[in-house]
Amino acid sequence: MASETIRTRIWLEEPEPDNSFATRAAYCHGYDVYGEMLGNASWSDMLYLLFRGEAPAPEQAAVLDALAVAFANPGPRDLAVHASMCAGAGGSTAAASLIAALAVGAGQHSGAREVLLGMQLWIECGTELDAWRRRLSEAPSDVAGIWPEAEHPPGFDPYANRASMPVRQVLSCLARLGAGPCLSWLEAHRPALEAVAGKPLSLSGVAAAAFVDLGLTPEQGEMLHLLLRLPGAAVHALEQRQVGHKDFPFFALDLENDPLKEAA
Amino acid sequence: MRGPKPLVENAGRLRTRMGQAFVGSRAVFRGHDLHADLRHMDWLELFVFGITGRRFDAKQLRLLHAMWVYTSYPDARLWNNRVAALAGSARSTPALGMSAAMGMSEAVVYGGHPCVRAIDFLRQAQQQVRQGCSVEDVVARELAQRRIFGYGRPINAVDERLPWLLALARDLGLDQGEHLRLAREVERVLVAGDPRLKMNYAALTAALAADLGLSVGEFHHFQVPMLLAGMVPCFIEGGQRAPGTVFPLSCKHLAYEGRDKRRWRARVPSNSPSSS
Repeated sequence: MASETIRTRIWLEEPEPDNSFATRAAYCHGYDVYGEMLGNASWSDMLYLLFRGEAPAPEQAAVLDALAVAFANPGPRDLAVHASMCAGAGGSTAAASLIAALAVGAGQHSGAREVLLGMQLWIECGTELDAWRRRLSEAPSDVAGIWPEAEHPPGFDPYANRASMPVRQVLSCLARLGAGPCLSWLEAHRPALEAVAGKPLSLSGVAAAAFVDLGLTPEQGEMLHLLLRLPGAAVHALEQRQVGHKDFPFFALDLENDPLKEAA
Repeated sequence: MRGPKPLVENAGRLRTRMGQAFVGSRAVFRGHDLHADLRHMDWLELFVFGITGRRFDAKQLRLLHAMWVYTSYPDARLWNNRVAALAGSARSTPALGMSAAMGMSEAVVYGGHPCVRAIDFLRQAQQQVRQGCSVEDVVARELAQRRIFGYGRPINAVDERLPWLLALARDLGLDQGEHLRLAREVERVLVAGDPRLKMNYAALTAALAADLGLSVGEFHHFQVPMLLAGMVPCFIEGGQRAPGTVFPLSCKHLAYEGRDKRRWRARVPSNSPSSS
């Protein structure tokens, strides 16, 4: 045993007999990854196993599959994808494109932090509308942290007139797959919950309910949300790299304190 | 429900007071011509002007500079520096290594979170003391609700940076502020209960910054590159060594504590006849 070790409940690696830096077999939560899972396990099986430590039940794998499709590409209008496209258009590295998407997609406005906060709400309030009412009427904390103060109830869209068609389609699909109580309750009580929040449900809110139904912790949900949205960020960055910066919007600024104008 | 009005109103144009590049002629930085008016600023001076919109005098800037210099440790074992070193070792790029190492420095155990919590606590505590509360009461009330950041240190309770920064603050005449005085009082109260809870760099820099007039948000921004200068040497040396030789991990370095080996059962598709 090496003197300093990394403790892990997730991953076991057995070395080649003549080289402890070369892997002969790797086990994820006890399962032989290359010997048995490969070819027999799906991407969602592996994701669920990594996060939860157990193979998923069929309905859990189906929900994760559907989530992976629903979140794979938020589309170029999304803030995180916009960020990755800026990297692509300017010829930045691939990793910088994804870092841009992760940094922007980490936030409290339609990002992973919003999903974490939404999951905390679900864990506190569950399927009790009165609990949601009480919780959402509480004054925000006066304690500063690295994250800014929340500006809208997490999981709800501050700029929508109503829950969008994709939000309703994703919720309906996931609720039908039946991985837990939150999604089905949300589908049944969406208008009432939206009235309590004062805003329509967003995709982040559906993600929060789905992740709670899958048994994830808020921290796990935050991570998974970041991961699942990366494919779209990647391909849109690659596309804008090809399109080129000359055809990428530069937009207009209205400088309100131009010293040249103020001197005139 | 507010609806999309704020989005509609802001589509395509950004109203700003922060600046603009008039490419080919000039650049404006917070209402000043960058080249005509601000070109003599050093980089940190411009940085804090960008954060605050306020000017700081030479002594104040020297203290702010020192806050960065005195904690620039090119020790590749430190978690953020290790990421820089690993990026070099993996033959990644400097910008990727530095952005990852800086991004992760907004951590709970060190860096961003303790700095933000420390200045927020000191500023709020100072208000309470001004209103007549004792430091003992302020500390007790805070501890009843949450940990006080800026006191105690994970590896060694003694913070070797403090005497140097305090000495410079004294030399510059910037060690008489009310937040620094309060930070020392808080240390006295905490150490009486636990000798390990000596003031650390987060509380000292937060107190000095608060005495320079920095808000919580302004100090949050200011501290972001505080550890950067120590990261670059770690990246460089990682890149000079043979690839992959910065703290390489063998299978023996993994102490597995999980489930015993078990057989993977291929999932039967739910629409298959055998699943019914």
